[in-house]
Amino acid sequence: MMLLRWLSTIPLRLRTLILKSRVEQELDEELEFHLESQVEHLISRGFSPREARLMALKAIGGVDRQKERCREVRAGQWLALVGADVAFGWRQLMKRKLTTAAAVLSLGLAIGACTSAFRLIDSLFLRPMPVSHADRLYAVFRLGKGFSDGKPRAETSYEYPVFQRMRAAVQNQAQVVAVSFANRAYLTYTSDQEMEKAEVQYVSGTMFGAFGLQPGLGRLLTQGDDVTPGAHPYAVISYDYWVHRLGKDANVIGRVFHMGGHAYEVVGVGPKNFTGTEPGTVTEIFLPTMMNEGVTHRDWGWIRILVMLKPGVSSGPVQERLRAVFETLQRERAKEFSSKPKQFLERFLSWQVSLQPAPAGISNTQNDYRLPLMVLGVLVALVLLIACANVANLMSAQAAARAGEMALRFSLGARRGRLVRLVMAESAMLGLMAAALGMLFAAWATPFVVDRIQPHGEPIRLPLQPDFVVVLFAIVLTLIVTLMFGLLPALRVSKVRPVGALKGSVEPLKRRRWMHGLIAAQAAFCFLVLFLAGLFVATFTRLTQQPLGFSPERVLLVDAAAQRAQSPTVWDQTAELLRHIPGVLSVAQAGWPLLSGSTDNSFIAVNGEVNPELASTLAISPGWIDAMKIPLLSGRDFLESDTSGNIAMVNQAFARQYFGAQNPIGKRFAMQGEPGSLQVVGVIGNARYQDVREPARSLFFLPLNRVDEKGGLSPLGNETFVVRSAVDDPLAISEMLRKTITRAHPELHVTNVRTQQELIDAQTIRERLLAMLAAFFAAVALMLAGIGLYGVLSYSVLQREREFGIRIAVGAPRRNIAGLIMNHVFAVVAAGAVAGVALGTASLRYVETLLFQVNGSDPTMLAAPVAVLVAAALLAAIPPVVRAARIDPATMLRTQ
Amino acid sequence: MISVIEGSMSKPSDFVQGTLDVLLLKILALESLHGWAISQRLTAVSGDVLQVSEGSLYPALHKLEVEGWVRAEWRPSENNRRAKFYSLTPSGRKALKQQSADWDRLSGAVSQVLRFEGAKG
Repeated sequence: MMLLRWLSTIPLRLRTLILKSRVEQELDEELEFHLESQVEHLISRGFSPREARLMALKAIGGVDRQKERCREVRAGQWLALVGADVAFGWRQLMKRKLTTAAAVLSLGLAIGACTSAFRLIDSLFLRPMPVSHADRLYAVFRLGKGFSDGKPRAETSYEYPVFQRMRAAVQNQAQVVAVSFANRAYLTYTSDQEMEKAEVQYVSGTMFGAFGLQPGLGRLLTQGDDVTPGAHPYAVISYDYWVHRLGKDANVIGRVFHMGGHAYEVVGVGPKNFTGTEPGTVTEIFLPTMMNEGVTHRDWGWIRILVMLKPGVSSGPVQERLRAVFETLQRERAKEFSSKPKQFLERFLSWQVSLQPAPAGISNTQNDYRLPLMVLGVLVALVLLIACANVANLMSAQAAARAGEMALRFSLGARRGRLVRLVMAESAMLGLMAAALGMLFAAWATPFVVDRIQPHGEPIRLPLQPDFVVVLFAIVLTLIVTLMFGLLPALRVSKVRPVGALKGSVEPLKRRRWMHGLIAAQAAFCFLVLFLAGLFVATFTRLTQQPLGFSPERVLLVDAAAQRAQSPTVWDQTAELLRHIPGVLSVAQAGWPLLSGSTDNSFIAVNGEVNPELASTLAISPGWIDAMKIPLLSGRDFLESDTSGNIAMVNQAFARQYFGAQNPIGKRFAMQGEPGSLQVVGVIGNARYQDVREPARSLFFLPLNRVDEKGGLSPLGNETFVVRSAVDDPLAISEMLRKTITRAHPELHVTNVRTQQELIDAQTIRERLLAMLAAFFAAVALMLAGIGLYGVLSYSVLQREREFGIRIAVGAPRRNIAGLIMNHVFAVVAAGAVAGVALGTASLRYVETLLFQVNGSDPTMLAAPVAVLVAAALLAAIPPVVRAARIDPATMLRTQ
Repeated sequence: MISVIEGSMSKPSDFVQGTLDVLLLKILALESLHGWAISQRLTAVSGDVLQVSEGSLYPALHKLEVEGWVRAEWRPSENNRRAKFYSLTPSGRKALKQQSADWDRLSGAVSQVLRFEGAKG
């Protein structure tokens, strides 16, 4: 009640501080009323109005002086009171430096972790792009069934013609723009020798206009750049790129760089802060969509579609129109699929579009990290709750220890409200110190985590400068936390009963019950954190132990590209040169590396019958299976002379899927939509193709060098050299490889060098991050819960010393005393654990998609955290229990 | 000696202020009033003896409000104008009890001392 009353004066105080004008107004009104009343009073006694007014003014000593004094009283009073509370609280905290430090440290860590998680969430999902009317920006999603498994999916990729139709359909209601997925590309400003990487995004020329952006320099892309495929070699570079890569070169306009066979002219620098439409990636170069080969392909899904609604237009009708356009297009496309399996058609037609707000932009990083960040947020929130419970218990125990002091103060005339305020001031100071520490922690932790999110071997980039929302979050969080741990002890103080407290009687039962309730809650939260961490760690372990079907050790992947496609002879000669580099064991070539994410899928027909399951393919050179160490199970590898284009190797899964139990060697199959058939010459072991998580999929391999219709060997624009090295760190020879390749042929250049292991690690980066952070927070949670239990047990042993002493004195065996405490502790922890199991089981379905080959309802997954929790409880309980058992009744009773 | 007296003479308001608080609490304990009515009541009860200046009335009222001893609300006055009415809060009531007790003790002590000095002189 006292606390409530104290809280009720807060608005008054805030009004004095913040709403000055309102207070001023009331002051004016009050004094005016006084003057008028006085004047009327004097007039009624016979004074003239003028005289009356003067007298009244004189009596009051001038309106302005009067107001000034009232103001002083209000402000001074407030400051004096708060100052006294703060000074007193500070002395209290400094009296117990160790516990204060522990409380600040644990709360600070938890607040910092929560703020870090929120900063990530804010910059990836919440922060609107720096464009005008981000609130009117929507992304066009496609919702439907996945082609391979039929599970519901949401996609944002479209073919360029779909965009054109959509743009035309809603041109009066909205501006529709196409933006490609951000892509790391290789470019050069001077010669081919100096390739450099930059984040490139192909965008509609109209995008800058629709976003209301102004150029930092030169011009931005416009509608005029959206006309002819391949005819608009102009680039806008981002402000950031201009500053960091080009040193703010004032003559940048007109500079030329080469990329993918085009020479681009820089026509402008983008506005400050605008970093593209993909949170997680900072786009450095914007090119017109017309310059991407995809604009002429009606089956390349390479763009996202963004919709900027015109003022006053609502999203509903626009979505309806886009839906209609998409449906018509789907039906048209479906006619071409008449030969495809029925299931495929049904899944194809299940897709429909949905407009979703995208003020922050839209990216794959968002998709990949939405759930993990939310889970992480929950984990740190649980740690925060555990920390709060600890500090609440700590302060409650201290309040109990100070009950005598408080009772004395009360008896001497201190108002209860004042006592509550003293305790609250202490809590507020703890909260502030913890918040300050937390901010420091967050300032370090957020970039630490961001650096570890590396979807493409490079850390993602997020604008992390703290904004208003982050600051507000931190303030609100600190307030909530302070209330959570400060309220209980404050209420306790307000209920202090001076008589009992001064007589030294304990009123501990109720208080202990409270504390034990908090301990049970801690156990429950701690279980949940341990359980989730266990699931993520197990997932990561299973993933890294996945059989790959090939050996990634010492394998280096060198992606090379030619400005113009080159004859296979050029590529083969280059490979031969690489074989002579010291440290190279073997070199083979392939269309692209395994597990790089690239795929090429096809329906397979055997004896003219199309199978509903898709198969994937990869073009490889002879010797590729040896370089990758994939076993040849039967038949033979490709030979240099196998260029006819009618043979294939398949993997075991393929053989089983399409030929069943028959021996596949010599059998024929056809790729749907391709003329001719392929004869199987060899069967090799199953290897992971696109994703380490996927089950062995059906694969068939084609020779890399094939003759085309004209009878000559088809030229190739790019290849991957698969190099198995003799040295442990294959990257050591990468420079040598790069130089050899560019020397071999001036048209060839290296676009990327990676180890096979990097590609595997890149696929598990999210799981690694989640496992690492969850394990860390599980350790923190366990430690905090242990400390909390220890603290509460020590306190209750202290409180019950007299009782235990008497029990021992009258002959209770010491082991019974120990049992008395332990039984109770374990009842409390067990109750918490049971609640935790329920929470854990309920949380399972939210995290399911983050798990891999781990079953959350598996008894071992549940039992392990319980065991850890019990062990920690045991460890925390031993010192207080030993102390209780060692109570010497004679000494104890003498001192009491 | 003289300087000390002068020093204390220069701030008589401390004493008056403390007295004023009790007086205001006492007046408001009877009924809730607006500022002008309080000033009328003050003049009536204190008469010529205490000479409470009207100028210190409002600062004192505002101080009591911040202390949480009185609460203020805007209500129509007897002649139907908007006026700020002050009334006593429960903690104000307690403060009044305490302060009047203190006052009794203090004045008792002071008069005892004075009587003692008087006896000597």
